[in-house]
This record gives sequence, structure tokens and C-alpha cells, in this order.
Amino acid sequence: MPLKSAEKDTQQYEGITHLQRHGSYWGIILNGIFGENTVFRLVLSLCPTVAVTTSLKNGFILGVAVLFVQVMVNVTVSAMRKFIHPRIRIPIYMLIISVWVTVIDMIMAAYARTVYAQIGLYIQIIVAYASIFARAELVASKNNITTSLVDGIGMGVGYVIALVIISFFRELLGRGTLWGFEIIPAKPLLIMILPTGGFMIIGLLIAFFNWIEMRSNKDKGTSGVSHH
Amino acid sequence: MEFGKLFELVVAASLINNFVFTRFLGLCIFFGVSKKMETAVGMSITFTTVMVVSAGLSWLVFEKIMVPLDITFLKIIVFIGIVAAFVQSADTIMRKVSPMLYYKLGVYLALITTNCIILAVPLINVGERYTFLESIFFGLGSGLGFALALILLASIREKLDLADVPRPFRGMPIAWIVASLIALAFAGFAGLITL
Repeated sequence: MPLKSAEKDTQQYEGITHLQRHGSYWGIILNGIFGENTVFRLVLSLCPTVAVTTSLKNGFILGVAVLFVQVMVNVTVSAMRKFIHPRIRIPIYMLIISVWVTVIDMIMAAYARTVYAQIGLYIQIIVAYASIFARAELVASKNNITTSLVDGIGMGVGYVIALVIISFFRELLGRGTLWGFEIIPAKPLLIMILPTGGFMIIGLLIAFFNWIEMRSNKDKGTSGVSHH
Repeated sequence: MEFGKLFELVVAASLINNFVFTRFLGLCIFFGVSKKMETAVGMSITFTTVMVVSAGLSWLVFEKIMVPLDITFLKIIVFIGIVAAFVQSADTIMRKVSPMLYYKLGVYLALITTNCIILAVPLINVGERYTFLESIFFGLGSGLGFALALILLASIREKLDLADVPRPFRGMPIAWIVASLIALAFAGFAGLITL
């Protein structure tokens, strides 16, 4: 089994580890936040980006829940990577992910009741996030525990930042408050906390990130356009 | 008498509480396969079928096995198992029956296994304590609502290919803006039926 995953490793990364590819642990974290930001660059795990971002608090808490699951799943998969047969790895990863999601679901239900009443369904849905599964498959199954841990932190923090950016704009414009405190003492734009505003803000933000990338490599033509 | 309630449930699940526009689930698939009408239709049919069957299966397992054994805290793990097993078989059947469609949907069929919308239906059914028939009709309504949303977006995006969209907005961002405008239209259904 280890032989098979080693073969795959060479196919994917041409024989270098995840750590070598990004230079240092700091490089892996930055990759998670900017290079492969789950929401803005990979355009994955989108469900909660519209659903829970009506207030900064909810967005942040869901982000932290995802960070927890991502880190724990990466560590578990990495620790067990030598014992998981490649052919049955998908159900095993699903099992590991759902165990950790159940843990965070119960913790939230016990200690954060008011928030859980609003975003409980989306916590349970973390099970189905493509991004968590993808990191287990691409990184944790082939690298040592420290590298996987750092990668989990990087991806998780990138996700928290994305949710915080989106919910910052939506709460500020839609309610005139931030984390419940009043900032703009005027009639807010109700449309921003409606579904419409959520879709629109994310569309504008992805376009903004595309625009930045286009400006940074102007001569490369359409490379900045996402083709998902 | 029961029929009226079930009909209300279908309308509520498909239009008023549309999965995409008010619960924001299944967005990966929603934006992923909505570039072409043909794939969108194929995906909608698969989705609706999988949803109805998995809603029924998971209700049976939850009410008849998990509640008597008092292991309801395992619901996330068990539901994802049921859904994954059923999707895997749907995947195999589709590969056999319609290889062309299978080829086109490619990676998204694999994605369906871990798709949030399919997992959300059993979770909501259990949370609301629906009966067996209600669960199935809720699954049907959700599937139809998702199909409607997917086909609407696909038909608009096909036209958008001919439009002169500003460069940073090409691809994903303009699809989000379009979805936001459709969501505005769907907001008009709010409060049509109160359950």
C-alpha cells in the first residue's frame, strides 16, 4: 500500500513533498490563504458562503468550525495513511470526516445554543464539503502529520478569512452593524442580507479577485478568468 | 385531505423554500453544471430521483432502526453512508444506460456523492419529524425546485455566451450575479403558503 501511494505522489508532485513544493510551513499557510483560497480561488464549499454570512458572528463561527474539522481530519488521515488501503479510501475518509463533524456539531449544540439554532444545519453539512475531502486526498494521505496539520490550518484560516470578508460587507451594508454593534446610524440596505445580496457580493468579490490577478499578469491574456 | 397537505409540501419545498435560493444548498453543482442545457437537464433528473429515494431510505433507517436503538446521534454518519451507497449505484446504472451523458457529467457525478443538498433532505426530514409520505414528497419538491433553478440558470448562461461581459466577470462571477437576480424573483414567492 505505501508503494502505491508513493507512485501517486510522483505522478502528482513529480517526487517532491507538499512541504518542498511550498518551501516552508509558512509557505503552506500562505498557499491556503491566498494561492488556493477555498472560496475565491477554488470556488468550492460555497453553500454556507451565502447562508450564514448575514452576520459577522455567524460567518466567523462557522469558519472556525470548518477550521477545526479541516485540521482534525488532516491529522487523522495523515496518522492513518499507512493503514488505509487505496481502494477503500473514499468511504474511510467520509467516515473520518463525519466523525469529526459529529463532534463539532455536539459541541456547538451544547455550548453555543443561540448560534446553533441559526446555523445548525450548515454545521452538519460540513460533512459534504468538497474542500475538506480534497485536502485529505491531495495532502494528508501523502504527507507527514506536521505538514498535514499546517496545511489544514492554512486552508481553514483561508476559509475563515473568506467568510469574514463576505459577512463583513453583508452585515455592514445590510444591517448597519458589525458583530451586533451599530456602526452606521442610518437606514440599511435590506437587500444585502436577502439571498440576492449574498449572491451579488460573492459575484463581485470573485470578479475583484480575478481583476487583481489579471492586472498582475496582464500579458497572459485570459488566464485570470475562472473556468469552473 | 392528506393530499392537500402533501401538495402544499411540494410547492413549499420547490418554490417558497427553494433549496438554491433560500437555503443556499447545492451551490457547487448549481454553478458547476449549469453551462449547458443538456447537462443541466440530465443532472436535474438524476438529482430528483436520488433525492426521493434517499429521503425514503433514510426515513426508514432512522425511524425503524435508529430511534428504537437510541443511536440518533449517529445520524450524520449513517445518512452519508446511505446516500453514498445509493449514489454509487445510480452512478453505475447511468454509466451503463447512458454512457454519453455519463461522459459529459464526468467529475460532477462523483461530486454528487458528497453533495450537501442530497444530505440536507434527510437531515431536514428528521429535524421536522415528517412522516414517511411527507418525507418522500419533501424530497420530490426539493428535487423539482433544484431542477427548476438549474434549468433557469443554464438557459440564461447559454445566452450569456453571446454577450459581451466585462473580462473580470466572465465565467463564475457573472453566473453569481445572474443567480442573485433570479433569487430576487424567487423572493416574490415568500409567504405564499405558511406551513
